[in-house]
Amino acid sequence: MIRDYENRPKTCDLAIIGAGPAGMAAAVTAAKAELTVVILDEGEGPGGQIYRDVEQSTPPRQRVLGPDYMAGGNLAAELRASDAIYLARSTVWNISTNRLIDYSCEGTSYQLQAKYILAATGTVERACPIPGWTKPGVTTVGALQILLKSAGIVEENAIIAGSGPLLWLVASQMAAAGSPPIAIVETTPRGRFQAALPHILGAVRGHRYLRKGLSLIRKVRAANVPIYTGATELEVLGEFEATGLRFVSKGRQHSLSARRVALHQGVVPNPQITRLLGCDHRWDKMQHCFRPVTNKRGLTSFENVYVAGDGGGIMGAVSAALQGRLASLDIARKLGKALADRPARLEAGLTKDGAVRPFLEALYAPAPEFISPSDDVKVCRCEEITAGAIRKAVDLGAPGPNQVKSYLRSGMGPCQGRVCGLVVAAIIAERRDVCMDDIGYFRIRPPLKPLHLSELAGFHPLGELGQ
Amino acid sequence: MIASSKISADLIIIGGGIHGCCAAMFAAQRGMDVVVIEKDTVGRHASGVNAGGVRRLGRDFVEVPISQHSMDLWYKLSDLVDDDCGFQIAPQIRLAETTEEMERLKQRVTQLQGMGFDHEIVMDQAELRRRLPAVSDHVVGGIGSLRDGFAQPYQTTFAISRRAKRDGARIFENEAVRQVAKVSQLWEVSTDQNTYSAPNVLNCAGAWAGRIAESLGETAPVEAVAPMMLVTSRLPHFCDAVIGVAGRPLSFKQMPNGTVVVGGGRLGRADPSKNLSEMIFPELRLTAATAMDIFPIMAKATIVRSWSGVEGRMPDRIPVIGPSGTHKGLYHAFGFSLHGFQMGPGVGDIMAELIANGSTQWPISAFSIERFKDNPAERR
Repeated sequence: MIRDYENRPKTCDLAIIGAGPAGMAAAVTAAKAELTVVILDEGEGPGGQIYRDVEQSTPPRQRVLGPDYMAGGNLAAELRASDAIYLARSTVWNISTNRLIDYSCEGTSYQLQAKYILAATGTVERACPIPGWTKPGVTTVGALQILLKSAGIVEENAIIAGSGPLLWLVASQMAAAGSPPIAIVETTPRGRFQAALPHILGAVRGHRYLRKGLSLIRKVRAANVPIYTGATELEVLGEFEATGLRFVSKGRQHSLSARRVALHQGVVPNPQITRLLGCDHRWDKMQHCFRPVTNKRGLTSFENVYVAGDGGGIMGAVSAALQGRLASLDIARKLGKALADRPARLEAGLTKDGAVRPFLEALYAPAPEFISPSDDVKVCRCEEITAGAIRKAVDLGAPGPNQVKSYLRSGMGPCQGRVCGLVVAAIIAERRDVCMDDIGYFRIRPPLKPLHLSELAGFHPLGELGQ
Repeated sequence: MIASSKISADLIIIGGGIHGCCAAMFAAQRGMDVVVIEKDTVGRHASGVNAGGVRRLGRDFVEVPISQHSMDLWYKLSDLVDDDCGFQIAPQIRLAETTEEMERLKQRVTQLQGMGFDHEIVMDQAELRRRLPAVSDHVVGGIGSLRDGFAQPYQTTFAISRRAKRDGARIFENEAVRQVAKVSQLWEVSTDQNTYSAPNVLNCAGAWAGRIAESLGETAPVEAVAPMMLVTSRLPHFCDAVIGVAGRPLSFKQMPNGTVVVGGGRLGRADPSKNLSEMIFPELRLTAATAMDIFPIMAKATIVRSWSGVEGRMPDRIPVIGPSGTHKGLYHAFGFSLHGFQMGPGVGDIMAELIANGSTQWPISAFSIERFKDNPAERR
């Protein structure tokens, strides 16, 4: 742990933000090419969300989390053995247009001037704005898994509701840990399998993923977890906190009691850094999210800023690592440092690994009630703004997310729109009948994460570099 | 290709900020046919993202009469535009940290009283403690204007633009003005999409107004600047007033929801050609320290958001208001130099009167654009 200001890195060839598969692989490759590399990571150790706390994992926890999780351990070991500087508990809260990074570590803020930046900041879970989703006791499937990975805690009285691969993975991990969920309430609409069929060829090429998915579902079934399919009209029960979930499945209404309701509608790229820098983004109809526009090597529209991993679009951990290496190879080449690794081989790997994606995207596209919540549902939970209020602002003439934000404060709270951003944009697009690319997204303002006023007062800028 | 047709009006206003929208509303209410051309969207820049202070306190003496007029309109604004604009009457208070600062503030209040204005009052240390129990012990006193206030800037500008539309003004957004030219007694304003024609043009283009004025032969040294603001997470209620400090740049306000907005004029990076501004956080270290010095409770505060916006500033820190020095039918209201939000309704009314009647009862000669003609860097 580097504590004192003098010994902190002040400049580097490549600053990598995030130490998941993309960030770790990029750091190892760039360090091999003799670039000076600094990884800024919010975690206690390398791994990111998918391999969270992989270095600390005990054998019983490994048995629960499975071999794919443990694959992250090898990458983390390679990173530790490399010359890349890994800074744990370091939260990037601003990046200037001259690629000067402001970050916070254990209550003190520092600056790092980078020639190149790779954003490997992964995903956020898609918001699930169903009636009652802001009540205490409602959580996300991803949050359940974080508890499992970092603390070995299994939620014992939870309903899992939604759709997507992570839902089945976490349910099977809970079952393996001896506390399966009370029920799975699956929201994949009827007819989705038929919609996904045109992509079956890719799915067959990616059969490893399909087999894994099917085996997860089998494990959950084997644990005798009740599974409700095609669920609609979801509503969290309870006056002050969640006491259960009501929904309709196969034409019948069900009310299940539980202490926790964990929602999930897949993950989307964490847009904060690429939006902060004003990178171009395009709407991806298949993934139902904005993705930063990049070339094949991950270079964004912002000079010398790259994206790798799920932050550029959801591709999974294997592709993320390949993308991280591709970005580092490109940066090394630009800095005149040749490497033996061949980009073409990595690109072929990406094509092969991504073959299953169109099938999964068509199958698990979010259900309509999650995209267009009813008027009385709170969309921005920080400022408690309903979908109806947003529609009313649009009717008054507020044309886009930023005007709606200025008018209603939706997206101005501590989460900075990380949770509600896509929902707000989609509501405006639907109301105005305009495509998502024309609607756009919140302007993201620093600090990306809350910062103590006293920390700003005692901030250590890098002399004149910051001016 | 079809040539776009000319859109005729009595008055073309360039800029859909609070000044352009207020002028449009009052001119339309006087029966003029008004067009507003806005290169982005209404309230996109300084008018929609400022700190929201509705402040008479501490103004340059030449601004006081029109600021008073504006304040009278602010009290009626919610009825005028059918929207509360988030406006609340609240004291604005300027604090003195030393006895020398306190003396200067007292002198100011005495001078104002000599001019016939009694809205600013002196507060001794005991009075200040009573109003601001959370203020630091070292603060010796201050002056206040008790019936000033604050509003939600975008909500306000947006509501005024809707009122102006209901009064008949036409507002064209996402159209950048390319050229302003006199064609046989009429102004022709061309954008990338349309051509507009009218006997009168009002330049309310803020940080971008200098370019338009100079294209018409005026000297208009507008500097684009980017004031920065911080917003904290919610704190327990501790401050009812909007606070400034005599000796250090700080503006400070706790919102009804408990968040605190901290600003005070320290500047980020402005790039008007790209419509962008950028925060420079090291510049805000002293702002953060000052906020904690004045209100020790702020040591617990967490910054959740910051913003900056592009604003036009004149070398002498007072705006340009009034008719052109070079052309008949051309008027200006821009360069409000980081304190134009409160002036919006008043100046809009004055410009509407000036354009409709050819004269105004309000003293605006100090704001003439002619003051820069031979002295572009004039400072006060």
